[in-house]
Amino acid sequence: MQPKPFALRIFDIAAILVLGIATYLALTAPTERVMGEVQKVFYFHVGTAWTALLGFILGGVFSVIYLITKNLKWDKFQVAAIEVSLVFFLITIVLGSIWARPAWNTWWTWDPRLTTAAITELIYIAYFMLRQGIDDPDRRARFGAVYALVGALSAPITFFAIRLFRTIHPVVIGGTNPEADGGFSMTSDMLTAFFFALFAFSIIFIDLFWNRIRLGDLQEKVEQLKLKISM
Amino acid sequence: MFFQESTPDTSGYMIAGYTVAFIVMALYVASIYVRSRNLQQDKALLEDIQETAPPVQMAAKPETRKRASNSAPNGTGKPVTKKSRKK
Repeated sequence: MQPKPFALRIFDIAAILVLGIATYLALTAPTERVMGEVQKVFYFHVGTAWTALLGFILGGVFSVIYLITKNLKWDKFQVAAIEVSLVFFLITIVLGSIWARPAWNTWWTWDPRLTTAAITELIYIAYFMLRQGIDDPDRRARFGAVYALVGALSAPITFFAIRLFRTIHPVVIGGTNPEADGGFSMTSDMLTAFFFALFAFSIIFIDLFWNRIRLGDLQEKVEQLKLKISM
Repeated sequence: MFFQESTPDTSGYMIAGYTVAFIVMALYVASIYVRSRNLQQDKALLEDIQETAPPVQMAAKPETRKRASNSAPNGTGKPVTKKSRKK
């Protein structure tokens, strides 16, 4: 494997730093009066959700580019974006469930937002299972691209689910109804922690995405070597 | 919950949430590291196999030369047949 580029090393360090700062800001943000300390998981919950949904859409964009160019580089990018997003979205769902227990008095409910989120996560778990089942790299990339393109539709559906359907999940970004159940306003400290968390998870996403692309490069080299030797 | 007078103590849930978030992220970073290390080992092994492969082919060459010389002991380079033996 080629040595890590200097810029990636910088990103590695920056990712650790911003994660530490985001945690500090989240934990020292004012405590919400009704829900108490558990509301502080909100900063990581939204930060990971935002980057994960963008990552799924990014995976769809890479799929389109792959289908046009047939260049396997875009397949690697697609896999990297989706894998990191899958991990982030798992954190989102688990944090949401932990937050729901004291707020809604249940770990899970089949609310439109929670249901679409669970379906999105399952769609992308199936994506990796599908890829595992195909040996030919071109065929795997083609199938993966079509699947990821269709799967990417689940990201906007999840995002807009709370805006389109009647739900108990609060609308944080771009909510139009201030009197909606579960809506809440934030103080300036809360807003700082919130926007910094969005920034921090964007940096962490880029760092992990880049590292995952390098892993994909290495996988490709090993596959090529295996093919050469078997011939 | 919405008619309560005091803020409930939900710090346990908060700690659980952050712990899970950090554990999942740490596991993912570890998985990237482990997969990368395994692939590097595979790559090194495959490169070794590839490097050792040419001498095996070289060893096969003298044998074929030997067979060729056996097949044409008359120095003509043609295979030995009944006709050439009579000559």
